[in-house]
Order: sequence, then structure tokens, then C-alpha cells
Amino acid sequence: MSLPPVAATGTGRGFLADPPYPGIFGWIFSTDHKRIGLMYLWCIVAFFCVGVVLGLLIRLELWAPGRTIMDAQSYNAVFTLHGVIMIFLFIIPGIPAAFGNLVMPIQIGARDVAFPRLNLFSWWLYISGAALAVTALFTGGGPPDTGWTFYVPFSARTSTNVSLATIAVFILGFSSILTGVNFVTTIHRLRAEGMTWTRIPLFTWSLYATAWIQILATPVLGITVALLFAERVIGTGLFDPAQGGDPIMFQHLFWIYSHPAVYIMVLPGMGVVSDIIPVFARKPAFGYKAIVVSSLAIAFAGSLVWAHHMYTSGMSDLAVMIFSFLTFIVAIPSAIKVFNWLATMYQGSILLDPPLLFALSFILLFTIGGLTGLVLGSAATDVHVHDTYFVVGHFHFTMFGGTGMAFFAAMHYWLPKIYGRMYDKTVATVAWGVIFVGFCITYLSMKIVGLMGMPRRYWDYLPEFTGLNQLSTAGSWILAIGLVLMFVNLIRGVLYGPPCGDNPWGGASLEWQVASPPPTENFEQDPVVTHGPYDFKKAGIL
Amino acid sequence: MTKDHSHIIPYRTFILVWLALLVLTAITVAVAQVNLGALNVWVALGIATLKAGLVVAVFMHMQYETPLFKLALLAALAILAIFIGMTFLDVLYR
Amino acid sequence: MSVHVHKDYTGAKFGMWLFLFTEVLLFGGLFILYSVYLARYPKEFISAGSQLNIWFGGGNTLVLLTSSLFVAVSITALRRGATRLCLGLLGGTVGCAAIFMVNKFFEWSAKIHHGIYPGSMHLKEMRPGEMVFFNIYYLTTGLHGLHVVIGAIVLAWTMVFIKTGRVHAGDWVILENAGLYWHLVDLIWIFIFPLYYLILH
Repeated sequence: MSLPPVAATGTGRGFLADPPYPGIFGWIFSTDHKRIGLMYLWCIVAFFCVGVVLGLLIRLELWAPGRTIMDAQSYNAVFTLHGVIMIFLFIIPGIPAAFGNLVMPIQIGARDVAFPRLNLFSWWLYISGAALAVTALFTGGGPPDTGWTFYVPFSARTSTNVSLATIAVFILGFSSILTGVNFVTTIHRLRAEGMTWTRIPLFTWSLYATAWIQILATPVLGITVALLFAERVIGTGLFDPAQGGDPIMFQHLFWIYSHPAVYIMVLPGMGVVSDIIPVFARKPAFGYKAIVVSSLAIAFAGSLVWAHHMYTSGMSDLAVMIFSFLTFIVAIPSAIKVFNWLATMYQGSILLDPPLLFALSFILLFTIGGLTGLVLGSAATDVHVHDTYFVVGHFHFTMFGGTGMAFFAAMHYWLPKIYGRMYDKTVATVAWGVIFVGFCITYLSMKIVGLMGMPRRYWDYLPEFTGLNQLSTAGSWILAIGLVLMFVNLIRGVLYGPPCGDNPWGGASLEWQVASPPPTENFEQDPVVTHGPYDFKKAGIL
Repeated sequence: MTKDHSHIIPYRTFILVWLALLVLTAITVAVAQVNLGALNVWVALGIATLKAGLVVAVFMHMQYETPLFKLALLAALAILAIFIGMTFLDVLYR
Repeated sequence: MSVHVHKDYTGAKFGMWLFLFTEVLLFGGLFILYSVYLARYPKEFISAGSQLNIWFGGGNTLVLLTSSLFVAVSITALRRGATRLCLGLLGGTVGCAAIFMVNKFFEWSAKIHHGIYPGSMHLKEMRPGEMVFFNIYYLTTGLHGLHVVIGAIVLAWTMVFIKTGRVHAGDWVILENAGLYWHLVDLIWIFIFPLYYLILH
């Protein structure tokens, strides 16, 4: 069977016009990494939107002290659901499952991942876990109200459907694990001839580091939620003092995964930024090796600091001090990346296209988030701000201002490659601006009101916090408008936009050397690589 | 077609390792009867590690694999050791 | 559309090893808990541990070690063309799995009959450290038992593949990977046995 002709202007439809089966089966039974990546992408975007709506509801409730639109029980369920959806259904799979699948095999010159059927199975696990999580909303005792961290003893005793939620989380974790196994094997075994370790794009390197965390940390989450399930359903009391157990052990096990998990979230985002900056500065990446080493260092060091979430839990002073010290260490490799990105741009020819705008937002907002992380990492100051809105502000700056922006950057960078069509760049720029302004208003307010002492996860608050809460809520509406604008523009672009050609941005990595959309087999012949991913001169661009 | 990457391990090797495992099991049971106080757990773990090493190296073929496999296994075990060890920074010093 | 038949034997094995690491970390979480509670309740772990039956534990150890031998030898047998021997050995492995689960059934039944199980009244009357010991004993050996069953199913499936010729002397990575999984099941028990059955002092 011959592939549809792919013109240089990319008007052919590549893999999109080459389904393995008719209709929806061509998607849900396809083992093509690009189709799987797209399925992940649109499911993830859909769940992101649900999460946004929940966030808007939280902000609406917090418009004024006391009850505004819902009672306290509902509020607890809403913020729990917001966290669970955003973390397990959006951010953790986010960039790796969607863009890792879409782009990584092409970047290394492969035809697919090492285990394509396992890849499809990962997606099915994701959907199953998501379906179970949704089912937990309407069954049992109703939606969990414990916060996404499911701390005992409350999570072991609450009548809400924590049990089903833990099964959902277990399945979602399994999906993440299998993706990690697939990606590590793929990157080791399927690189094209000439694609040495020092010619791999930094995005793929970031996926490699991330995949190791997925493999080594996620199982601990698995056992933790399984133990919580056992605590509830079988009555084992490993976390119950009445049975000799220790509730702090739940926190240890939980954060042993969930801290490295934030690096699962942010490393791919950093990888996206590392790939985008050189292209839009028309300069090779500065400090390629430093960025690689720092990615691996973050992955490793990130597994040494989990108990900085537990300074006030009652654990030993020695642990508090050591984990605090180590937390400062893990900031160093992140800073190294920021310096390298800035050095890449220095004296470059800057093209302020939407991918770069979102990438630059990542750098600024993640840095701010990271700096507030130091306030939290320092045990003495953390005692004052633990469980306040300062923490909420911090992690929204890092996860949303960081990974979220990187996810948007990746969409603006790679969707034209996948669909062969370009969105309206002016509208994208306006949307970016609105998002950026809305984001800052929403979350900076939180940091201030947190410093003033407003606790998190409280349905009510003291009257003196009202002004900043209202400012934050207003910000959330601006943010939402920007998001809607952005998504509408992107979707219109991929459906109706003008053909954009194989290489609309002038990238030098392999995905830009194939047609847009890429053909099913990615390459007509297995490529032979002769230069690095940012060598614009040798790639014949520039 | 799977290429023959590794030599075929003879039956004899497996049987010898199995016998060693049985002996080590007997030893660990015997030592457990003796009161060595806190040392009992460490000796038991040590023997278990030896048994595990034999299973990994011979039954699971690890001694014939490339350094990559060995490094990866080391990484996984090191991470587990770190998780256990650093938890004790809390538990032992409350 | 061309179908690539080139198979990556090393890659398939590497992927299996990566998956085994996840299993190690899964049980690792239970070992973290065990080590913490052993340090906290040394005497109660001894008194509770002494109530476990060393014959069931030791017997199951021997069964699993032997099953690992069978599975390892089965690979050599297949690669040397002794397919019937291979299938016999794999059948033996599955048989060992069955013996293991039968042992476990009797062991657990005895304990449950004495009122020792998670959530039981009798358990609640024990000292805290003893409660913890039995709770974590059931969870760990239960999770392990589940993996024994999974491993046996995987091996049985592999036997079908061998019979249908999909796995053979020229392409045996599926058997090798199934074997790796089974050895992991054995490895976990190698640590469970001393930690639960040999805590006598």
C-alpha cells in the first residue's frame, strides 16, 4: 500500500489519512504512537478544562467569607476533585503522554516506540482510571473530600468514595509506569544511525529522565493507595495508632512518590522549553551537556527531599533539618537550566512567536514559583506558611506557570507539525497575554493572602482576607477567558488553518525534516543523522 | 529472528546454584535458632541477599548481560535503599 | 504499509527488567513499613513472628526455589531443541505455584481459624506491635500470593505459545521474560521468608 503523496507544502494528510481500521476503531485500536499521542492530547485537554471549571468554582465560593455558592462538604469535594483531575489526569500524563508520544520517536529517528501495543494499553489504562475516578463521584459515599493527598486518618474513615478513587489512582499510576518503561527502552534501543546520546534533542533527554522517575517512584504510590484501600476495606491498621500504626508513615510513603512526581511534571516542561528556545533564538542550545546533566540530577536529587512536605507533621527534628538542607540542593540544577536558556537567547535573533512567548512565561513563572519553593523548603519559614495559600500560590506558579505554560508552548509548537496547519498567531499572542495577566493576578494574590495567614482547604475565611480573594477570583475569570481564546484559536487552526509546510519554525531536529502531518512510518527510509538537533547551519536552515 | 546474544547456560550450572540456594536456606534457618540479638536480622538479610544475588546473576542471567542492565538494577536498588534509609532519619530520632 | 519483523531481543529483555524494578519498588514500600515497625516493636515482632509456622514458610521457600530452577532449565531446554522437556519443566513450575498456593491456603486458614486476621477481635486484643506484624504479614504475603498466581498464568500462557510454535529455539524472548517475572516472585519470597518466619530472637 502506498502512502498518500506528501507535498513540500504539507497538504498531504500523512498518518491522519492512513487509519488502520475504519472510524473510531482507527484510533482506539491503533498502536501508532502519533495516534495514541493525539488521543492522550485531547483527553488530557478535556480533563484540563474540567479541572479549570472546578478551579473557577473554588474561586467563586471564595469570593466572600461564609457560604457563597456551595456548602462546606461540597467545597471539600470540589477542591479534592480539582487536585486529583489536574494532577493525575492532566499534569502527570500531560507532556510525556501527549507530546512524548507524538514527537519523541520522530526526534530520535525511530518508526515507533519500543512496545507499541504496550503504549496503546497505557492509554486504555489512562481512560479506565479516569472513568473510575469519575464513577467515584457518583457512587459509594460520593466524591472524596480528603484533598488530593488522601491523608490518614481522615481518608481511612471518611464515608466518601475514597476506596474507588484509590483504585482509579492505582490504575492511572500503572499507565504512567508502562509509559516510563516504554520510553526508556525506546530511547536506549531505537535511536537512528548517527543519533548519538549527544545529538538527542533536549526534549527527548527530559523525557528520558522523567521516565526513570515514572519507573522508580510511581510504584510507591501504588502500594500507598493499595494500603489505604486495605485500611478502609479490610481493616488493616498500619497507619492507625489504635492498632500500633503510624499516620506519619502514610505521609512518608505518599510523598516518596509525590515529590518526585512534581519532577515528572516539570522535567518534560523544561524539555519543551529547551527545544523551543534555540529555534526561536536561531542559536544552538547553550550548555547542552549541562542541561542534560541537570535533568538527570533533578531526577535523582528530587528523590531525596520528599519529607519537606512534612516539616509540621511531627517527624524528628533531624529529619526536618536534613530534608531542608537537601531541598536547597535540588534548586541548583533548575537554576543551571535557567542560566543556560538565557545564555542561549543572548545575542540570538529572537522570533517572538507564540511558542516562545509561552516558553518565556515558563522561565519567569517557574522561577518565581521556585523561589517561593525555597521559602517553603526552609523549615523555619515553612512553619509559618505551611498549609496556607502561600503553598497554593507556590505550586500553581510551578505547576501551572511552569508545566501548564510549557504544555501550551508545546501545543503551539508541535500542533502545526501534527496537523500540517497553522493557527492565527496574532490571536494566539493576545490569548497568551490575557492568560499571563490573569494568571499573575490570580496566583500572586494567593501568595500574599497566604503570607497574611489564610489557610488552604478552608471553605471559610476571616473577613480581612476578602479583598485579595476577590482580586484572585477576578483574575481567574481573566485567566479563563484567555484559555478559551487560546483553545478556540488552536482548534480552529488545526481544523481550518492554512497549510504550514514541513518546517514552519525552522527547527533542526528530525521531526521538522519530515512532512506535516508526518507519514505513518515517520520516515520514508531510516534516517542517518549527521548533526546535532540545534545545528541550523548543517541542517540547511538559516 | 532473535539473534543468539548469549551462550546457553548448561543444566549443571542451574542445578549447582539450586543446591547452593538450598544450603543457604538451611543455614539461615539454623542461624535463626541462635540468639544473636540485633544481629539476627542483619545476618538473615545478608544470607537472603546472597541467595538473591545467585538467582539474579545465574537464573536471571544478569552476569551475562551488558553493563547497562547491571547499572539499571543498581540504580533501582540504590533508590530503594535511599527511601528506607532516609525514612529512618525520622523514625529513629523522634 | 510495511511491517517490520526485526525484533529487538535485548530491548524486550531490558523492558522486562524495567518492569521488574517497578515490582521491586512496589514491594519496597511494604519493606519500608516493615523495617520501620521492626525497629519500633522489636519484642512484639518476635512474639508474633514466633507464631508463624516455619514449616509452611520453609516449605514454600523450597517450593519456589525449585520452581525457579525448573523455569531456568526450561529455557536451556528450549534453546537446545528439547521442547517436550521445556514444556514439562514449565508445567512443573506451574505445579509448584499450585503447591505454594495450597500451602498458603492451609497456613492462612489455620491463622484465621485462630482468629488472627486483619480487623478481627482477637487481633485487637493483642499488643500494638503484634497487630502491626500480623497486618503487614497478611498484606505482604497476600500481595506476593497474587503475584504467584499472575506468574503462573503468564507461564501457562507461555506454554501455549510454545505449543503453537510462536516461541521456539530461534525466538524465545517471551519465555525468557516470563521466566524473569517468575524469578522475581521467587526473589521477593527469599526476603519475606527470613523477615517474617525467622524473627525468633
